[in-house]
Amino acid sequence: MTVTTEKPQDAAPGHGHHAGRVSAGVFNPRQLAEALPDALRKLSPRHQLANPVMFVVWAGSLLSTVFAVSRPGVFTVGTTLWLWFTVVFANLAEAVAEGRGKAQAETLRRTKKETIARRLTEDGSHERVPGVDLRVGDLVVVEAGEIIPGDGDVVEGIATVDESAITGESAPVIRESGGDRSAVTGGTTVLSDRIVVKITTKPGESFVDRMIALVEGASRQKTPNEVALTILLAVLTIIFLLAVVALQPMAAYAGTLQPVVVLTALLVCLIPTTIGALLSAIGIAGMDRLVQRNVLATSGRAVEAAGDVDTLLLDKTGTITFGNRQATEFIPVGDATLAELARAARLSSLADGTPEGRSIVELCVRDHGLAAEPSEQERLAEFVPFAAQTRMSGIDLGGRQVRKGATDAVRAWVVEHGGTVPDDVREIADRIGANGGTPLLCADQDRVYGVIQLSDVVKPRMRERFGELRAMGIKTIMITGDNPLTAKAIAAQAGVDDFLAEAKPEDKMALIRKEQEGGRLVAMTGDGTNDAPALAQADVGVAMNTGTMAAKEAGNMVDLDSDPTKLIEVVAIGKQLLITRGALTTFSIANDLAKYFAILPAMFAGIYPQLGKLNIMGLHSPSSAILSAVIFNALIIVALIPLALRGVRYRPASAQSLLRRNLLVYGLGGIVTPFAGIWLIDLLVRLIPGM
Amino acid sequence: MAGLLQVLLLLAALAVCWKPLGDHMARVYTTPKHSRFEKAVYRAVRVDPDAEQRWPVYAAGVVGFSFVSIVLLYLLQRLQPLLPWNFGRTVNPSVAFNTAISFVTNTNWQSYVPETTMGHFVQMAGLTVQNFVSAAVGMAVAIALIRGFIRSKTDRLGNFWVDLVRGSVRILLPIAFVFAIVLTALGVVMSLKSGVAVTNPDGSHGTIALAPAASQEAIKELGTNGGGIFNANSAHPFENPNAWSNLIEIFLLLVIPVSLTRTFGVMVGNKKQGGVLLGVMGVLWGGMLAVIWWAEAHPNGPLAKLAGAAMEGKEVRFGIPGSALFADSTTGTSTGAVNAMHDSFSGLGGGGAILNMLFGEMTPGGAGTGIYSILVMAIIAMFLAGLMVGRTPEYLGKKLGKREVTCASIAILAMPLLVLLGTGAALLLPGTGAALNNPGAHGFSEVLYAYTSASNNNGSAFAGLTVTNGWFQSTLGLCMLFGRLVPILAVLCLAGSLASQRKVPETVGTLPTTGPLFATMLTGTILLVAALTFVPALALGPITEALA
Repeated sequence: MTVTTEKPQDAAPGHGHHAGRVSAGVFNPRQLAEALPDALRKLSPRHQLANPVMFVVWAGSLLSTVFAVSRPGVFTVGTTLWLWFTVVFANLAEAVAEGRGKAQAETLRRTKKETIARRLTEDGSHERVPGVDLRVGDLVVVEAGEIIPGDGDVVEGIATVDESAITGESAPVIRESGGDRSAVTGGTTVLSDRIVVKITTKPGESFVDRMIALVEGASRQKTPNEVALTILLAVLTIIFLLAVVALQPMAAYAGTLQPVVVLTALLVCLIPTTIGALLSAIGIAGMDRLVQRNVLATSGRAVEAAGDVDTLLLDKTGTITFGNRQATEFIPVGDATLAELARAARLSSLADGTPEGRSIVELCVRDHGLAAEPSEQERLAEFVPFAAQTRMSGIDLGGRQVRKGATDAVRAWVVEHGGTVPDDVREIADRIGANGGTPLLCADQDRVYGVIQLSDVVKPRMRERFGELRAMGIKTIMITGDNPLTAKAIAAQAGVDDFLAEAKPEDKMALIRKEQEGGRLVAMTGDGTNDAPALAQADVGVAMNTGTMAAKEAGNMVDLDSDPTKLIEVVAIGKQLLITRGALTTFSIANDLAKYFAILPAMFAGIYPQLGKLNIMGLHSPSSAILSAVIFNALIIVALIPLALRGVRYRPASAQSLLRRNLLVYGLGGIVTPFAGIWLIDLLVRLIPGM
Repeated sequence: MAGLLQVLLLLAALAVCWKPLGDHMARVYTTPKHSRFEKAVYRAVRVDPDAEQRWPVYAAGVVGFSFVSIVLLYLLQRLQPLLPWNFGRTVNPSVAFNTAISFVTNTNWQSYVPETTMGHFVQMAGLTVQNFVSAAVGMAVAIALIRGFIRSKTDRLGNFWVDLVRGSVRILLPIAFVFAIVLTALGVVMSLKSGVAVTNPDGSHGTIALAPAASQEAIKELGTNGGGIFNANSAHPFENPNAWSNLIEIFLLLVIPVSLTRTFGVMVGNKKQGGVLLGVMGVLWGGMLAVIWWAEAHPNGPLAKLAGAAMEGKEVRFGIPGSALFADSTTGTSTGAVNAMHDSFSGLGGGGAILNMLFGEMTPGGAGTGIYSILVMAIIAMFLAGLMVGRTPEYLGKKLGKREVTCASIAILAMPLLVLLGTGAALLLPGTGAALNNPGAHGFSEVLYAYTSASNNNGSAFAGLTVTNGWFQSTLGLCMLFGRLVPILAVLCLAGSLASQRKVPETVGTLPTTGPLFATMLTGTILLVAALTFVPALALGPITEALA
């Protein structure tokens, strides 16, 4: 067995760098200053209404302002100001998150230049029309140096295309008619040759348009989990609102009516402002982290679903193994000679542009001295392309039909044509398969020449990654068109949990349905048009950017790098998004304990001196205690913006150990941190005259 | 030492009954067979016992049954003069209104003196009947919620009437019957006379009231009801004559809520799931017992210090441990029977009793209500925990989405809303000061206790607060009604939502809900939700008293 060492052509540079751990996004403090104008604009009541927690803070700040104006004092004015800062900081978090998206959108928008398209008319001539006037189904001609005017599929020709505007990848890619590399994106540039593109999307709804809307957050809707969390936060807010409203008559009964500003301060400190302020930033940043990895999700829902995935369907080729299997050996059978087999193999592959086909011709040239180019006569042959149903390809030359393909398919074809298949074929095929190779049977209608061995190489580090997934409770299933024996060998080598061999598109679909019937969430990657139904059926369908438009439309994410292993990272990002939400909610609620210790004695020690014993932080005075708590509550939002944008650290681990760790850090930490924080702030606040 | 022995005996008795009773209850609610008696009942009320109901229908059954029960019980009290064994006693409208709601909602708050207000017929045909069926309603709702967890892709939750009848006939009636006899043997009074004439030591003449107490006593505890047939409740020697009867009564009020955890485990097919809930209940029950016991044994008043223990308001035959054990169990189970005056407890002890109720009655809670309340809390805990492990949250294979969180939130929201607004509003009234026995922080605790007790369907009283005016009768009545029905409706809606879901299979990525980590998370959530909501209120009452 030969090992293919060639670099896979579709693998993106740097893939695997983020392996195992989701790395941090970049956060620059200057972004805070830049986002300030936006943050101030967001003070409008209409914007605040969308977030029940922050709306209460906003309304409370307004109430305090009225109170502070009527009874100005260092404490009332100071507290009111910091209440407003709380609202502004929350807006700031959202504005910073959106700002990062806006920068990306700006870059994308530059690709949306005004283009003039050359539309093919029915008589075959061109007419020049503005790109925005194109309709679905129009055929346009694009030549070297021209910009493709809209999203579509290549229906004629082959060209190299510079897609760096979309993917950031400078190496040009090949786009050709038919097959799975026919999709082109509007805004990209043809570098060589001429293609005819059939437009598949309306102007304004193109891929780039959708990308811009997504990264800008314009089309952002609350995800199901975000809605559920918002409800919980709203209910907590209502409970605290009740607790504070009911406190006034209780305080009055005790004989110490509380000023409005003090009650507002207590309320704002108790309601979960930290998570309330950062919730939308966390969501935007989660999408942003995907975009940074060159993955575009069509909805936030898909990102959340990624965190929940139970079953990963991974195509063997290109994902688990390097994309191109190489012909490594010819094994003649029956009375056929090695030379006969080589000639037949070459014939069957001459017109076959697939990497396997090319590798067969290369092997014939290198080891058997045959010609690389077809002769005049051979050019007249009719090419029979590979089809998922027949599972073989070849040429019809004169009266002769030469085929190569899956052993059982070719065997059946030969038998059908009255030929016989030597007994040793099965044994050879099984041996190759058992070693992880792929046997192809090469035959005429009635004569079998032998077996072509293709070898697959598993990518490095795959076994570790599948191990991590297993630890996270995710089952991996390898999908392959190989026979069961080959599939089993590669599955064992790569360390996947299960495999689906000799998979036809409908088998893939059935497998997804079966998993979903059992209540599992399924993720898969795909690129071909025949993957489209499965991509649509899967809960998370990541389409490769190199794939067909049909595949990209069907999936709910598109990977611009066309790196199928990235599915694993997508799962990690989904999980990280949810963990960040949960951790900051826990932190936010745990914070309340310390705030009670600061504020309650401040409010009531005057009337019940024994409550002064609760002032365990030794805060200077009632005013300084309350103001310090409010300041801490506001500053913690700013302090946590980087965490919200970057996401909580996530390592693949079992649910138990993840929870234990996060409870310790964000639960226990959430209880302890404010004690220290409020105490420190009080040290400064007490220096203010009048405190 | 004797105190510790009581606790150990109690725990041993509960441990012995946990499995057989839990398994029995699981069978009762899952078997398809109806007894001949039950079939006759279903025919009489024209119910098809094999027709399962969707959640709104099930809920309509609960609500409809409760309202009809309230109306009937109200009429029964008002028509007492026409009924046998009335001894010339009458019930005024506001008492009848409050009491009807109180007994139908399993609260058994009593704003009347039983031995001078209720005759034996109303006690037996009205109040005692409700003691059975109100407990059975709570258990039915719990079972419907459990069915929500175990069923998938269905809109059917079972049949309320069947659950109601089976709970009453197959669980409550037999146990109550046996223990009524046991209690009679131990000296609890069982008499249809109105009382006996006695000559007091000073030569004056008086009457000591009698009643059919033993039969009422058993179900009063077993159904976590708590409404005494005598005003002094279980402090009265005719209801609770000695240490043994005391221990048996405590056992009775704990046995169904505790064993329902086993029923839950059996029904969901993983007994550990029930065990972990029992563990959480046990830790909180035990913790609060320690607090109350310690507080009563270490009084901080000068008189109590002189006496060596805070014995004011406690019965000498029970002592500190017997009183603390009873107080902890009655406030932790939404029973509300008392064998000592909680008003006389120390600041910390009385505060402990209030906090026990403010947990939301789930340690271990009332018959049925305890298990469904803790399951609601588990859903909130798992929502946060689930997020922290990076999956959209799930519990027992059901996803916790928008609808589940909304239902759980409403179920949790109702009680604080009623307690806080009720207390706050009552304090604004000029009449409240006059209704209080004590001024200052203790007076505040009395009002807080009343609304806490009513809204949590506990029914115990701090006493010290005269609740007979129209305001208290009606607001406390409404607190009991909403405190009962709002969570029930939310829980049934939740059950419907869970049942309609497909079950998510368990993987390594699923957070296990049987281990200590989940138990910690759940305990923390219960403590935090109660503490964070009520700390300001508690600070002005019990905390101030305790720190004095």
